[in-house]
Amino acid sequence: MADSLQSLEELKRLAPPAELRRAPVVEGNPNLGALTDKLSQFAEGKTPRWWWILFLPAAFAATVIFPTCLFYQVFTGVGVWGNNHPVMWGLDIVNFIWWVGVAHAGTLISALLFLTRQHWRTTIGRMAEAMTVFSVMMAGLYPAIHVGRAWLDWFMFPVPNSNGLWPQFKSPLMWDVFAVNTYMMVSMLFWFMGMIPDFAALRDRSTTRIRKTIFSFLAMGWTGSARHWHNYEKAYVVLSGLCTLLVFTVSSIVGLDFCTSQLAGWHATIFPLYFVIGAVFCGFGMVLVILIPLRKWCGLENIITKSHIDKVAKLTLVSGLIIDYIYLMEFFIAWYSGDPYERWVFGHRLFGQTYMVLGWMLIGINVVMTQLLWFKKIRSNLAWLFVIGLLINVGMWCERFVIVVGSLYQDFLPANWGKYMPTIWDIGLYIGTLGAFFMLYLLFVKFLPFIAISEVKGATPHGDPHHPLGGAKKGGHQ
Amino acid sequence: MSEKIYGLMAEFDSPGAVLHAAEKVRAAGYRRWDVFTPFPIHGIDAVTGQGNSLVGWVSLAMGTGAFASVVGLIWFTNAFDYPLLVGGKPMFSIPMTFVPAYIMMIMGGAIGALVGMLGLNQLPRLHHPLLNKSRFALVSRDKFVIVIGAEDQKFSVTETRKLLETIGGVHVDIVEDQD
Repeated sequence: MADSLQSLEELKRLAPPAELRRAPVVEGNPNLGALTDKLSQFAEGKTPRWWWILFLPAAFAATVIFPTCLFYQVFTGVGVWGNNHPVMWGLDIVNFIWWVGVAHAGTLISALLFLTRQHWRTTIGRMAEAMTVFSVMMAGLYPAIHVGRAWLDWFMFPVPNSNGLWPQFKSPLMWDVFAVNTYMMVSMLFWFMGMIPDFAALRDRSTTRIRKTIFSFLAMGWTGSARHWHNYEKAYVVLSGLCTLLVFTVSSIVGLDFCTSQLAGWHATIFPLYFVIGAVFCGFGMVLVILIPLRKWCGLENIITKSHIDKVAKLTLVSGLIIDYIYLMEFFIAWYSGDPYERWVFGHRLFGQTYMVLGWMLIGINVVMTQLLWFKKIRSNLAWLFVIGLLINVGMWCERFVIVVGSLYQDFLPANWGKYMPTIWDIGLYIGTLGAFFMLYLLFVKFLPFIAISEVKGATPHGDPHHPLGGAKKGGHQ
Repeated sequence: MSEKIYGLMAEFDSPGAVLHAAEKVRAAGYRRWDVFTPFPIHGIDAVTGQGNSLVGWVSLAMGTGAFASVVGLIWFTNAFDYPLLVGGKPMFSIPMTFVPAYIMMIMGGAIGALVGMLGLNQLPRLHHPLLNKSRFALVSRDKFVIVIGAEDQKFSVTETRKLLETIGGVHVDIVEDQD
C-alpha cells in the first residue's frame, strides 16, 4: 500500500502542468448514472418551446414549399429553372455540391477522429453523423431531378431492360451515381450501428409501453455482453476506416465530373482534392452552426464543452487554410498555363461584371474571414463562431456558384455567351431542401439519442477501469 | 412452460471492480460466463478470452466480393453484352472499372461489417432471459453484471453464488429461462 501511495505521489509530481493537460471530455466529472440521465433527458422530457419554434417553419418548408417546387419541376420540365444554354448546370448542381459538402465534416468527425482516437469526438460524433445522413439525402435528390425525366432515373442503374441498354461506366457522372448512393447507404449504416447500444439504453429506461416497444425493436436485443461489444468495436473500426475512404472519394468524384471536361476553369487536376477540402470546410461551418445553439438549448454545456468547440474551430481553420492555398494555386496555374481562356475565366471570377460580387464574397469569407479563427478570443466566443460558421456556408455556396456558373457562362466563343439567373423555383427548391434537412434534424434531436451515450460514458474517468474513479485497485493512472 | 435456470447474475459498481471480478471467475475455471457492461471496457477481451473478432473477415469477404462483381459487371455490360465505344477508348480496361468497383467495395465492406457484427452477436433476437430481470436494465446505465451460465460444467447454485459473493458481487440472483 505504501508502495502504491509513493508511486501516486511520484505520478503527481511528474504530471504535466495544468495548462498542458488534456481538457476533460466531460466537465464536472458526473458519475455514469448521472451522465446517462443527462444524455437521455432531452429525448425523454417535454418538448421545449424553441423546438416548436424551429420545427414549424422547417416543417412548412419541407412539406409545402419543397413538394410544390419539386412536383412543378418534375411535371413541367427543367425549363422552370433558370438553366439554359450555355449555363446548363445551375443552382441544382451548385446545391448538390453544397449539400454533399455539408455532409463531409460529419464523416470526418465520426470516422477519422475515431481512428485517431480523439476522445472528444464522442460527444459530437452522433450529431455530425446525423448531419451527414440528412444532407446526403438532400444532395442525392438534385441530380435525380436534374436529369429532367425523374421517372427514368432507373436507367442509371445496371438493371436489365427491354432496350438492352446498359449504363456507360466510363463516365464520372455514372461514378457519381455509385458514389453518392454508397455514401448515403454507408453513412446510414454507420449512424444506425452506433445507435444500437443507445437504443438499448433508452429501451431500458423507457416508462411507457410504446417507447419500450419501439426502442426494443431498434435495439434488436442488444444486451451489452462482452462478446457483443467485442464484435461491435471491430465492426466500428472497420466502418470508420471505410467511411474515411468515402470522405476522400465522394467529393473527389464530384470533382472529376468537372475536371474531365475541357472547359476553362474546370479542366484542372487539382479539382478532386479541391472539392474534398472545400466540402470538409463547409461541413465544419455547418457543425458550428448546429452545435452552438443545440448545446445551449439542450443544456449540454458540460458535455459539449468549450474545448470541443475550440477544436472544431481549429479544424475549420486548417481546412480553410488548405482551401486558401488551393485558391492561390488555381489562380497561379491559370496565369502560369499561359492559356488565354483560363486567364479570361479566372480574371472574370473577380472582375467580370456579372458575378464579381460572388467572387469577392468567396475571397472575403473563405480567405479573409477564416483568418479570424487564429485568435483564441474568437475561438472561445460562441456568438462569433456561430456567425463565422454561418458565413462559411454562404462563402462555400458562392464558391460552388462561381465554379459552376462562372465557367459556363462565358466559354470559348463570345457568340456562345449567356447569363444565368436562378428562378423562383430554383430558390424555392433550395429553401425546401433546407427545410427538409432541418425538419429531419430536429426530429432526430427530439426522438433519437443524439449524443452517443455509451461512447461518452466510456470516455470518462468513471468508465476507465484503470482510473481510481473507475474502480482501479492501486491508484491506477490519473 | 417449464422454468429452467439460465444462470446466476451478480452486479458490480465500477468497470475496475468488474474487471477484477472477471479475472477471478476465469481463474475459478468457469467457461460459460459473460460480462455485461454499458460500454466496452478496456482489457475485458483478454479476460473473457476472446481472440480477434471475425467481423473484419466478413467485411473483407463482402468488400472484395463486391469489387470483383462490379469489375465483372462492367465487363459484361460495356464490353460483352452491348459493346460500347466511347471516344475510341478500349471497350474494357481495368482502370476504367476501378472507381465504381472501389466504391462498391466500400459498400460491400460496410454491409459486411454490420451484418457480420449482428450475425456473430446472434442479433436481432426477440428475447433474452436476462432482459426479464428488472435489475438487468441498469446495465445500460451504470451497473456491470457478470452472468455465469447454468450450462457450465462447474455450475452449482450454491457454489457459484458463493464465488460471486466473495468476489464482490451484489444482488446475486438466479436468472430463469422461460422457454
